[in-house]
Amino acid sequence: MVSLKTNLCGIELDNPLIPASGTFGFGYEFAQIYDINCLGTFSFKGTTKEPRFGNPTPRIAECERGMINSVGLQNPGVDKVIEQELPKLRKCFFKPVMANVSGFSVEDYVYTCERLDKMDNIGWFEVNVSCPNVHGGGMSFGTSPEAAAEVTRAVKAVTTKPVIVKLSPNVTDIVSIAKACEEAGADGISLINTLLGMRIDLKTKKPVVANKMGGFSGPAIKPVALRMVYQVYDAVKIPIVGGGGVSTAEDVIEMMLAGASAVEVGAANLVDPYACKKIIEDLPRVMEKYNITNLKDIIGGAH
Amino acid sequence: MKDTIFKLLENKKIAKNTYECTLVGDTSHISASGQFVNLKLDGFYLRRPISVCNVEGDKLTLIYKVVGQGTEQMASMKGGEEILTLTGLGNGYNLEKSGDKPLLVGGGAGVPPMFLLCRKLISEGKKPTVILGFGSKDEVFYENEFKELGASVIVTTVDGSYGVKGFVTDAFCMVEYTYVYTCGPEPMLKAVYNKSTTSGQYSFEERMGCGFGACMGCSCKTKYGNKRICKDGPVLEKEEIIW
Repeated sequence: MVSLKTNLCGIELDNPLIPASGTFGFGYEFAQIYDINCLGTFSFKGTTKEPRFGNPTPRIAECERGMINSVGLQNPGVDKVIEQELPKLRKCFFKPVMANVSGFSVEDYVYTCERLDKMDNIGWFEVNVSCPNVHGGGMSFGTSPEAAAEVTRAVKAVTTKPVIVKLSPNVTDIVSIAKACEEAGADGISLINTLLGMRIDLKTKKPVVANKMGGFSGPAIKPVALRMVYQVYDAVKIPIVGGGGVSTAEDVIEMMLAGASAVEVGAANLVDPYACKKIIEDLPRVMEKYNITNLKDIIGGAH
Repeated sequence: MKDTIFKLLENKKIAKNTYECTLVGDTSHISASGQFVNLKLDGFYLRRPISVCNVEGDKLTLIYKVVGQGTEQMASMKGGEEILTLTGLGNGYNLEKSGDKPLLVGGGAGVPPMFLLCRKLISEGKKPTVILGFGSKDEVFYENEFKELGASVIVTTVDGSYGVKGFVTDAFCMVEYTYVYTCGPEPMLKAVYNKSTTSGQYSFEERMGCGFGACMGCSCKTKYGNKRICKDGPVLEKEEIIW
């Protein structure tokens, strides 16, 4: 018998699989096609203080072994999320869920997290610091150790649940940002968010997505994600949620060997709605193949 | 929604850049005309959404236009090939409001979903008129197939090389109708919206990520709130559309 169990910031997970925010909505669409309680947990749709429609369409571009999205954090805003989305989520998912939160100022993050902290089915916060700071000249919070730490401190001050900071890979030194978040009190680090990318349509000779640029995800980015998880694992003591291009059980094991305690699956859910279920079902076979009995034992094994 | 393998029976060119393919598989999740399927093609990361043209038993007919690398590859597929297909996507057309004489307006790649819709309306005893709009004579397809269903058919071509010269809306004066069903490029939908005197249902196209409502890639604003073209659409009511 193999064990898929892992632990994330003190909460036991049946397995390390976590559908990534923005690819799984609030869960109930997927619950119509399979029992999503087979998941470790999932990170729900990025939630902001105010409702957002997001960017103009087209918002999607295909790439080789991946895709670009410029959805732009479409969500109904935290009040409607609490009022309308979480009750629906609660009916189909009975484990603690991960609340993904975004903001455009430190006050935004505080406002949203403070409200969500009261919801008892939320197990962790995943704080997305890849958004532009409107009071900081539009630079993303996640590109500066000081700004990322400031958000972390502010969120920690108003919440009781573990705070995991989701980092942007579009930086010169991911390690210094991860360390700054750890020092500011983060309980975990999640990485990587999407890589900034672009496609150009040869017919129109213009960018494919209306926003010109967008977040690149999919199997093509996995080596970058593995490298960053590996580097951050060396530098921090808090657990890491690793993700970026994970599509198979083998990818999950590779990500855990790099240092991830739990693993996010993003773009794969959009190509195959059953992707996470299939990976969970396939994990025991692949573990046996590589002589792994306890998944927990391999975390950081590549170091 | 169901992810299932379809077997390609036939894939043939029926007009300029236009192909008709017949597939066999589990069609049980396709519940309405105007729905679409999402095809996984070898070598491409995202699936290709194609509207359902017809379903009879386990046979599924799709008509697609070659517009990019994905559809170019589809055009070279041979009988016997297997295609992983997510079926039963989108809301589809609602037949209840059609009245006795619905008008069906399809433009180019928007013609195929009109076929199953037309078949269903006729089987309910309605008398549909179909306006099929194309750019030129060599792009025209399915005129006879619609006639064989028993519909009145008007073909328009922009260059006048076949049928009525002009846009689909130039044929509206020839028809009496109780309701409008339409699918086609957005400028055509807008022209139909402005010209038509009744309510109707409009099927929209948008670049999609997943095709089943998860990624929010294809959202649009409507008078009834934000909607995802793939899940809450592709068919919108005339009354909710914001141009």
